[in-house]
Order: sequence, then structure tokens, then C-alpha cells
Amino acid sequence: MSKRAIAGAIFFSIVAVFLVFSALMTHSFGNPDETEMDQYIIDNSQEEVGADNSVTGVVFDYRGFDTLGEATVLFTAVAGVILIFRRLKK
Amino acid sequence: MIYNIPFIAVVALVLIGLYTVVFKRNLIKIVIGITLIESGVNLFLITLAYRQDSTAPIWHGITASSDNVPFMSLPVPHALTLTSIVIGVAVLALMLSLVIHIYRHYGTLNVNKLGGDEE
Amino acid sequence: MNGGMSKIVKTISSITFPLALIYGLYIIAHGHLTPGGGFQGGAVVASGCAMILVAYGSIWTMGKVKEKQLSILESLGAIAFIGLAFLGLIFGFVFFKNFLIGEGLIFDNPALGLSDIYTAGFIPLMNFAVGLKVIAGLFAIVLVMAYATTKKEAKTK
Repeated sequence: MSKRAIAGAIFFSIVAVFLVFSALMTHSFGNPDETEMDQYIIDNSQEEVGADNSVTGVVFDYRGFDTLGEATVLFTAVAGVILIFRRLKK
Repeated sequence: MIYNIPFIAVVALVLIGLYTVVFKRNLIKIVIGITLIESGVNLFLITLAYRQDSTAPIWHGITASSDNVPFMSLPVPHALTLTSIVIGVAVLALMLSLVIHIYRHYGTLNVNKLGGDEE
Repeated sequence: MNGGMSKIVKTISSITFPLALIYGLYIIAHGHLTPGGGFQGGAVVASGCAMILVAYGSIWTMGKVKEKQLSILESLGAIAFIGLAFLGLIFGFVFFKNFLIGEGLIFDNPALGLSDIYTAGFIPLMNFAVGLKVIAGLFAIVLVMAYATTKKEAKTK
């Protein structure tokens, strides 16, 4: 086999062993560690934000900067696609 | 250990996607492999948000200050998964338009036959 | 994908397109009460627009809707989103503050779990801004990629 295939096989086997070993050692499904941030958001999200949907309150009010960055990424992707297929008129 | 089945599904998705990226030669197959890795990461973010016997974090009929408040799952990883899905769509659009442009310039989609004209 | 499909497909898809539009706008408008919001509803409407593109052909659709108008719509959505964030800085002295929640102007009922649509401050306005941005952006991506790969002899009009 070529040298590229042997290098690819070694890299793939190292990553596979690491991933399988770490999937068996995480916390069991359904018992995460208790955080105070999520409990505060569940308790106080109806008075401070005023929305019945706690996930929308997190996306647009408590973590609005992530939504701003995501809107920027979407705008950059559309600009890049239109830029690649532009025809210069002669 | 039988209760870690969603994490094993995540590892299976990521490994299949990684195998496709490393060992295949068609450009479209490499793009599909990258999308598979993205789906595995989204599934991992969702499985971090579950608590045993919990419902969706939406208030329906009761307020937060009454008694017998239902047991809810964590709302922050749901928000992170939304952002990750949209970013995956944007990356997929850019990758596919670049593949179209490469095919128009070189005439082939084989990775081993690209980029040899500048010698 | 340059020519359209047969007449039956064109008729049925132009009947089904308003249904997909109303379903997506319902998901966008009730984003603060039920699961959903701007991104999810925008994806539903964009898939309805992609159905119109496939049924009618890319040359006819590009003749009706140029990509310059779509990019103007997307920029309007982004400007509305950032404008609402800056209004929070002017009226509440904190960037991204929910400044409509105690003022008595609009959307200011207290939330009691009764699925009242007149609640939640400026979140419905931001849902509409993000939904408009996602609709215009996804439709522009699909339209440009379909128009640029048509065969050469069909584009000389």
C-alpha cells in the first residue's frame, strides 16, 4: 500500500481508540452535573424576559451575542456564494 | 454501561464521517463525510441536555412561582445546537459552490488528479 | 433544471406554495410561545420557495426575481436586528436589553403561561427580522447555484 494509506490508517485508528474510550467514560445518559446557571434560567425566565418559551429567551435575551455572530456567518456565506458565481459583463 | 447508547451513536457517526474524509477520492463523497461529522456533533450537544424523566422547557398553563413545577431539561444546550445547525448549512453551501467551480476548471472530480498544471 | 416541468406539476406546486408560506409564517410569529422561532420558520418558507424553483425552471425564476432584490431584503433584515440591539443601548443603557418589557408601549403583558401573544418584549420583532434574513439568504443561495449550472444553449435569449 502507498505511504499515504498507511499514514491515514494509523491516524484513523488512534482517533477511533480515543473516541470509543472517552464515550464509555462520560457521565451516564440522563444525569448531568448540576449547574446553577440552568436552574436560574428555568426559575426566572418568565418574569425577566416575559416569554413562555425558555429556549427563545436564552437564544435572544440571555445569549444574544451568539445569535448576532450566527447572523454574521449566514450573511458571509451568502456573500461568498454570490461572489463565486458572478459573471463580469464585457 | 447500557445507558450510554446515545454517546455510542455519536461516536459511530463521527467515525464513519472521518473514514469517508480520509480514505475516499471523490470530492462529493468528502463533502458528505464532513456533513456527517457535523450531524454527529449536533447529536452530542442535544444528548448533553437531558435529565431523567424531564419534559421540554416550555411553560404551559402554570407560572414559575406556583407549586408542583414540572421537572425540565436544561435549555442552554438547545440554544447552542440551533446555532450549530445554521453554521453547518452555511459551510455546506460554500463547499458545494467551490466544488462546482473546481469541476468547471479541471474537468474531473478526482482528488489525485487536481492541481498539477503549474509546473 | 433550465426548462420547467409539465403543466400538472406547475399547477399543483402553485397551489401548495401559499400553504407552505402560511405554515412557515405561523412558526415564525409564535416563536415566543411554542417551539420554533426565526431560524426554523425561515427554513420552512425557503424550502417552499425551492419547490417553486424546481417546478418552474431556473431561467423563468431568475427573470422574475433577480438576486439583487433578494440581497436588499436580506440586508434589511440584518439592519433591523442590529437596530433593535442598539435601541436597547439608547433606552436602557445596556446593549441588547429588552427595553419594551415594562414600558407600556407594545407587547408588554406579563407572561402567565396562558399562551398570550402580546407578551415577551421585543422578541417577536427580532423573530421577524431573523426570519426575513434566513428566507432571503437561503433562496438566494439556491437560485444562484441553479442558474449558474444551466446548459449553454438554453441561456441565449
